[in-house]
Amino acid sequence: MAQGVQTVSGSVEAESYTTKFGSLDDYDKGRVELINDDARHYAFSNIFEVASRAKPYEKIAVGKNMKYVIEAVRAEGTSAWRTAAHDEFALVMDGEVTVDLVKLDESPLPADAEGSVALDGEPAGRRMGRLVLRRGHQGLLPAGAAYRFTAERPAVILQQTIAGPDTQFRWAQICQTA
Amino acid sequence: MSVDARPDGEVVSSPPNAQGYRGFGLGEFTFRRDEYFVYIGWPTGSHVMSADAFLRAIQRDVAWDFFYGTVNFDGVFGTVNHYGTVDIFAGRYNDSYRKAELDYAENVETPDIRETFKAVLDDWTNEGFDPFAAPHETGSAFGIKHGSNTGAVTRARVAAERMVGVPGDEVPRGDDNGHPVNRMFRDVPIEAPVVEAEPGFEGEVAAFNLFEYLARSQVTWNPSVVSACKDSLFCPTTEEYILPIIHGNDRVEWFIQLSDEIQWEVEDRDSGGVRARVIMKAGDVAAMPADIRHQGYSPKRSMLLVWENNSADLPDLIASGQTPTYPVEF
Repeated sequence: MAQGVQTVSGSVEAESYTTKFGSLDDYDKGRVELINDDARHYAFSNIFEVASRAKPYEKIAVGKNMKYVIEAVRAEGTSAWRTAAHDEFALVMDGEVTVDLVKLDESPLPADAEGSVALDGEPAGRRMGRLVLRRGHQGLLPAGAAYRFTAERPAVILQQTIAGPDTQFRWAQICQTA
Repeated sequence: MSVDARPDGEVVSSPPNAQGYRGFGLGEFTFRRDEYFVYIGWPTGSHVMSADAFLRAIQRDVAWDFFYGTVNFDGVFGTVNHYGTVDIFAGRYNDSYRKAELDYAENVETPDIRETFKAVLDDWTNEGFDPFAAPHETGSAFGIKHGSNTGAVTRARVAAERMVGVPGDEVPRGDDNGHPVNRMFRDVPIEAPVVEAEPGFEGEVAAFNLFEYLARSQVTWNPSVVSACKDSLFCPTTEEYILPIIHGNDRVEWFIQLSDEIQWEVEDRDSGGVRARVIMKAGDVAAMPADIRHQGYSPKRSMLLVWENNSADLPDLIASGQTPTYPVEF
């Protein structure tokens, strides 16, 4: 019989629990069980599966709500520098990612531009600092800054942003369809 | 079954009954409770709910200020948010009630229902019962009136303007600010990210440990904003047992399962007809279309990222058919 701990409710629960996270090497995908609907309405995918099939730093939308997207990004090696006129956020779902930040002397984007763009070469501006993000860490990619990711080993970023010219939409390839 | 209601400031209520609980009125709706049950009345019918299920549901409705769209307390009673006014309904989204013409709804000003529901929640929540807590973590909702738990039912909802951890914004959770790690997340790493800011950029170079933040959450099924990209809001939450309401969408929302597993029962928003089950494991992403209602089941405390588009234009765009009820075409 399992050991347990008495709770305030009078029930008995386990002494300890194991939290299950996913990773590139170890993920277990769920599913949509259809009763009276179309699976495509749920755009069901798995971040780790998408990243496992992606090239480094492809920005693959796994969620879209009007102009807003969440992108699964496989971080591996060093990315190009990018910038956006609005805040973005990087949530590391697996591995370790270093983020370098530079305050641009002059942004290539108008203030109301939406979505991020790649920069040619090294950015001109003041060094702002850096972040080292591991699984579960969320970092700010501030508006008007240039940022660059570096990962020594494959890692996975979930990026909160707005669709831009480099956002990839591959719903038929990544989502459950039936 | 009417409540002997009388004005008490903005809230219409009656004196405590034999079990010690006040009765309440809102428009033509009446509310009363006894040791086990809550009784809801309206001109064309009445309804009974378990007191603990009712309190867990009304807690979310109050804390979320009526949330996005429909908050079904169960298959009969609930609210619809119109962002300034709220529909309070019985049987309106239940085929049988509608066919029998027993359904009923009223539109009320948001401050009126907000104050009434807050008063109901406070009066009917006994000492030792926390409607936000998982069943293992709280005492019983039942019995005659005994004390209160005002601190628990009036928790402030976290809403970062930019991101948790940015100087001047919401602060990360820790032992030192009353957020111990939850018993089911003791194995979650709580190391902080490395943040190295050059002088002058301390307010721009920021990061926090979201998984630690969630591991230290003391509540269940209560999304709170941790980052905002204009109207795109990351609203993570920790889930255990059953979502106490059935949420009917007025816009597409997205779920990203960060840890463990949740199973979602998905029904048609208006009729209640079953449409799908969505089984989500760590790393899974799924949209909840704008014409469904859903209820989640989490066997172990899990981390869920709810992703919302807060645009005020969306309900009208979807209701008018200008925007589809599902998120993408492929």
